[in-house]
Amino acid sequence: MRALEVLTTGALALVQDLGRPGYAHLGVPPSGALDAGALRLANRLAGNPEGAAGIETVLGGLSVRATASCTVAVTGPVVAVTVDGRDAGSHAAVALRAGQTLTIGTPARGLRCYLAVSGGIDIPPELGSRSRDVLSGIGPEPLAPGTKVPLGPVTGVPAGADVVVAPPSPDRLIVPVTLGPREDWLADAAGLDVWWTVTAESNRVGLRLDGPPLRRERTGELPSEGVLTGAVQVPPNGLPVVFLADHPTTGGYPVVAVVRRASLDALAQARPGTQVRLHPS
Amino acid sequence: MRWRRYGEQAALLDCDSLDQMSAARATVEAAAIPGVIELVPGARSLLVVAEPPVLDRVRALLDGADLAHPPLGSPREVTLDVQYDGEDLTMVARDAGLSEKDVVGLHTGAVYTVAFTGFAPGFGYLTGLPAALRQPRLESPRTRVPAGAVGVAGEFTGVYPRESPGGWRLLGHTSATLFDPAADPPALFAPGDRVRFRSV
Repeated sequence: MRALEVLTTGALALVQDLGRPGYAHLGVPPSGALDAGALRLANRLAGNPEGAAGIETVLGGLSVRATASCTVAVTGPVVAVTVDGRDAGSHAAVALRAGQTLTIGTPARGLRCYLAVSGGIDIPPELGSRSRDVLSGIGPEPLAPGTKVPLGPVTGVPAGADVVVAPPSPDRLIVPVTLGPREDWLADAAGLDVWWTVTAESNRVGLRLDGPPLRRERTGELPSEGVLTGAVQVPPNGLPVVFLADHPTTGGYPVVAVVRRASLDALAQARPGTQVRLHPS
Repeated sequence: MRWRRYGEQAALLDCDSLDQMSAARATVEAAAIPGVIELVPGARSLLVVAEPPVLDRVRALLDGADLAHPPLGSPREVTLDVQYDGEDLTMVARDAGLSEKDVVGLHTGAVYTVAFTGFAPGFGYLTGLPAALRQPRLESPRTRVPAGAVGVAGEFTGVYPRESPGGWRLLGHTSATLFDPAADPPALFAPGDRVRFRSV
């Protein structure tokens, strides 16, 4: 069996593909790679369809041994990648021979690295996806040392010697948002457009922000209503939460703005301490 | 009804009542418009996820729809066997001024409709709860409610699909599987389905 044997996982290593949209009416979050662009790129480099399942890590630290020859690629922020201790580099297709060990270091900036492997990770999908949803517990358990992850058949040709530039992971992000649906619950929407700090309580469910609390025009809760990835929800304490892929499908706190889709990947890389402005546009 | 902007790829229909929301949901579902990615009902709203041209089609459909007579669709009918041994049955009976037997009679005598979902995969908010059983949530939610617990809160009744924290008043429990990602369909309850409870 073609497989990857997990040796170390770092803080958290999850199997992710592009998620399972279409089940929100049953209470199932979309899930999927938070930095979807990075997973797509890793898959293209490894010669896979863009939606093949790979591994999402938090602050690197993943080490895997290949049981058969394969092509791999690591994307996300720039990060040290080694094969049997020798530097191989991120953002490039890397050939692994059977028995070789690939190790992802700790990125100096950014948060989530993605590993794609030729053939993709081939565990049984649930509701059409191999993504681990940390809110619902759907999808494969977080990877642990000793796990053998099966790989699918190789279908494509790895990328050639293209130079791929890693996206920057800045310490300060200006995130364009559209106001609504419940901006009328805010005393002043301009309160969004200040420097917020990403807190350590952030995870795949949501990015929690700290800063000058938003003043709400109204108190209490709404009747539960649908929630989407990128929704900026304001609980009674006035500190916004930006929902990410494993968000609950309905909620009772007002969503006052929604992050533009083009900025979601950058938010996935915002580590605690990153400064974020929510700029209505 | 009023449409509200929800980012670049969605719109939220604010409804005047739960019935109006249910009618709008049934209308959009029955039309089966290609390109609708998600159709997420809420207690007083309907969230439609689609690219803008598809959102325009949904809007036109609802503008011209007779929501007093929504399409019936083909709701599933689900009957759940319940053991009425819940920790809050006594409290619910006391607050309703009824005997426990009467509470069970009221809860099993009604036909419920799955209005919307959320909280956890497979958790349905069921409407049709008799007025006497409409009671507030617990003042202090339980940290652990077992899977299959049947509870009431406000205008809703529902069943916990898996063990979780929760603040609903518990009437009993069922051994039915509410959600199984390997099953097709994965959830026992989908919006629009009709549900009855049977005391066993």
